[in-house]
Amino acid sequence: MSRYRKAHSSPPSRQTMNRTDLPGLYVHTPFCKTRCPYCDFCSGADASLIDGWLNGVLREARMYPGARPFDSLYIGGGTPSLLDGLQMAKLISGLNEIFRFADATELTVEMNPDDVTREKLECYRSLGVNRISLGVQSFVEEEVRFLGRRHNALQAISAVEAVAGAGFREFSIDLMYGLPGQTIEAWQGTLEKAVSFSPDHLSCYQLTVEGNTPFVRMAREGKLVMPDDAFQADLFVTTSEYLTGAGFLHYEVSNFAHGAGKVARHNVKYWQHTPYLGLGPSAHSFAGRKRWWNVRDAARYLESIHGGHVPVEGSEELSSSQMNLEKLLFGSRTIWGINVRDIVPPPSEERIRELCDSGYITYESRRILPTLKGYLFADKLPLMIL
Amino acid sequence: MKHIRNFSIIAHIDHGKSTLADRLIQYTHLVEDRQFRDQILDNMDIERERGITIKSQTVDLPYVDGKGVEYDLNLIDTPGHVDFSYEVSRALASCEGVLLLIDAAQGVEAQTLGNLYAALEHNLVIIPVINKIDLPVADVERVRNEIDDELGLDPDTAILCSAKEGTGVEDILKAIVERVPPPEGDADKPLTALIFDAHYDSFRGTIVSCRVFDGTVRQGDTIRLMSQGTTYRVEEVGVFRLGREPQKELTAGMVGYIIAGIKTVSDTRIGDTITLDTHPSPEPLPGFKDVKPVVFSSIYPIASDDYPSLLEALEKYKLNDASLVYQKDSSAALGQGFRCGYLGLLHLEIVQERLEREFDQSIIMTAPSVQYRFYLDDGTRVDVDNPLYYPDPGTIKSSEEPYIRASILIPERYVGVVMKLCMERRGVNSHLSYPTPGRVEITFDLPLAEVIFDFYDRLKSITQGYGSFDYELIDYRESNLVKLDILVNGEKVDALSILVHRDNARDRAVKVCDRLKDEIPRQQFKIAIQGAIGGKIISRSTISAYRKDVTAKCYGGDITRKRKLLEKQKKGKKRMRIVGNVEIPQSAFLAALKTDDE
Repeated sequence: MSRYRKAHSSPPSRQTMNRTDLPGLYVHTPFCKTRCPYCDFCSGADASLIDGWLNGVLREARMYPGARPFDSLYIGGGTPSLLDGLQMAKLISGLNEIFRFADATELTVEMNPDDVTREKLECYRSLGVNRISLGVQSFVEEEVRFLGRRHNALQAISAVEAVAGAGFREFSIDLMYGLPGQTIEAWQGTLEKAVSFSPDHLSCYQLTVEGNTPFVRMAREGKLVMPDDAFQADLFVTTSEYLTGAGFLHYEVSNFAHGAGKVARHNVKYWQHTPYLGLGPSAHSFAGRKRWWNVRDAARYLESIHGGHVPVEGSEELSSSQMNLEKLLFGSRTIWGINVRDIVPPPSEERIRELCDSGYITYESRRILPTLKGYLFADKLPLMIL
Repeated sequence: MKHIRNFSIIAHIDHGKSTLADRLIQYTHLVEDRQFRDQILDNMDIERERGITIKSQTVDLPYVDGKGVEYDLNLIDTPGHVDFSYEVSRALASCEGVLLLIDAAQGVEAQTLGNLYAALEHNLVIIPVINKIDLPVADVERVRNEIDDELGLDPDTAILCSAKEGTGVEDILKAIVERVPPPEGDADKPLTALIFDAHYDSFRGTIVSCRVFDGTVRQGDTIRLMSQGTTYRVEEVGVFRLGREPQKELTAGMVGYIIAGIKTVSDTRIGDTITLDTHPSPEPLPGFKDVKPVVFSSIYPIASDDYPSLLEALEKYKLNDASLVYQKDSSAALGQGFRCGYLGLLHLEIVQERLEREFDQSIIMTAPSVQYRFYLDDGTRVDVDNPLYYPDPGTIKSSEEPYIRASILIPERYVGVVMKLCMERRGVNSHLSYPTPGRVEITFDLPLAEVIFDFYDRLKSITQGYGSFDYELIDYRESNLVKLDILVNGEKVDALSILVHRDNARDRAVKVCDRLKDEIPRQQFKIAIQGAIGGKIISRSTISAYRKDVTAKCYGGDITRKRKLLEKQKKGKKRMRIVGNVEIPQSAFLAALKTDDE
């Protein structure tokens, strides 16, 4: 069990963790120049529709008058970096006119390395963007190509350099691992390279073959052989150990912050049942106990907006037991764990002891905290606790 | 009485019995064509799907011959499977003649012979009918030869027909009137009526189908069921048209029903004699037998809190199936359930399917077992049909298992493979005969336990569907039996234990271990699956641990998806059985208990 070190010693306090109770705002940009073969995200709308979409999002925003102030704005996608300076300006200033934002709001834009130019970065920064999340995925040429990205490894490096030097308050790098044929050494090389740029935050996602994607078809036809779970587990542990050693906090299954203050404020809201409003096709929102989501299709989304309707596709009102289950789910994936007082009925002492003894959790001041081994079984842990 | 004819149709499975019955009904205009639903007599879903008759039904066909004389033709439908041979024999005892239906392409098959012998035992007039003459592969001449050589019947008496197209139906009806004798009997003698079937009706209780041999029965009479001595007051008598048609009385020669406030079907016995309480017959009709189950298996609810609902379903099911017997059973692995006895493997499958479909139960059925006999050192004998009650092996002096005599009819070219199959299944005393050139009848004495496993499916597959099979129970023979246990991570899963012949133990053990290996999902630790006799491990397979169960992303839409998956798994967990610390899904039990080799 020695390889499963505890993910952390005790949970950092609330203030240092960059968590607040204010709602977050998300804007979904459904555009991509090309579609990556692993991605089942809502993307692929024609970039010539950007202006129409922009108007739509602002109109949708106006459908939520009197919203509380937000303290995070996350412009994700798709590829938000396809927006030119003027379009980004229109979006951000438009939202500023409609909504109130707290001081020092975290304002993140996701960027693709091939969209990164000094001019664009300068422009975004001048608009108040203070955090860039860069979709690098890999620094290894074959891997970048395998993932069907539009950039190459060299472009990735110069993009990170440009972002790092552009004076944003924070920047984050997205990486992907668990690729077919990837060795531990190759992955560690990518991690080292990423750390060498001193990012504030890293997201390391294991490649998942799912949904309606070319990779799924390839896997079905036997053309894509994924590493087995034992090797994936090794990669996961390597990632955690390496980044923890480099001063990062493994605060969520796939997320690492360089110090507690660098935790992605917006994303954490998803795992705390903090309210968030999502604008744009397929965006999800949550408030109170209600979660709702927009139509996926960009054309249908616009149709609905221009007809004066909220473009909501579906919604759910969480029952107490569903809230419970989600608390267990989030707690199993994050450093904050689960406050047993939040769970009704609370898990038995005996069950907690068993899980401690087998190394999945630690238990401190009525909190169940997942260990690294717990993270590895985060999809299963909620039912093991119940 | 002169104008009554009582007859059955007997045939090998799939030779078109139900279709012919439909045509006869249609021809006699009992039903308007537009209301006609194919295979009217088979009205259970399973019957229609499998093309077999499980519960027999009777219908009185009104027929007017060429001279304008009216007849009542009572078609007494019979179940078409060896599991129900006693029920068939009681139906035949109620007739004076049979239509022996033979497929024009398949010719005479094992059950054709079995049916013929049964009809001859009852001295019935036999009318051979060659069916499916419309088929391009029909070979009427060959079938005529088989009727002559294999059945010893006059081939010129055979009627040609295509039940599907409706040809020959008139000839059949005519032949029934002309060749089947009218029933004999005396309406003034004491009542003797043979129960050949019983159905449950939720409004009226048990509807008893019977053939009156002597005497008369009316509403208001008090009847006595002779084997049990129970008495009931008759509420209604009548005949079967498409529904029940009440009559003033049933008298000698007639076939019909009696409703007499009998609560459940189990209160009656097929083959029993009904007489009048006030004026009883001195002797019951011959041939009554209390049928005993031959195959046993336990039924458990998948979720243990469904036990009360399963109990209720069994009680309801039993209302209409007197041949199912059950009692409480309990297993360490599966909790509370029921040990059930069946007439045969088909009967078992029917019970399983009907409980699932009609009664909406989710069940686990344990491996079917026969009843073994163990002679102990202290001179006593114990009969064991449940591996849970296997006696201490140190005290067993000898053991016996039931044998059947199988009769298999095949084209000559399959003799080799069929002999091999029977030998593998510990068959002995083989006997070959050549009823017609190119065809072979093989008889073998086989342990029943070997037949209730996939024997019939294997036979059909190795003979490409040409092999046909019939069997009868003969006796008990000495056999070297052991109890095979299955262990998961060292813990015995009692519901998977089986009694087997020592020579088969290893094969079975390996198979079960492999199947469990495929079906039990990997868990966070290694799982060992072992087969053992006593304390000795004879097979082993291992399920490696999985090291990771986490997906990378949990944002916006992932959350609802993940929670829904958890909700589903939470529900599924209720359906898992935990043995030691291993979660075993229902599918693993089903796979382990499956008898075939797909």
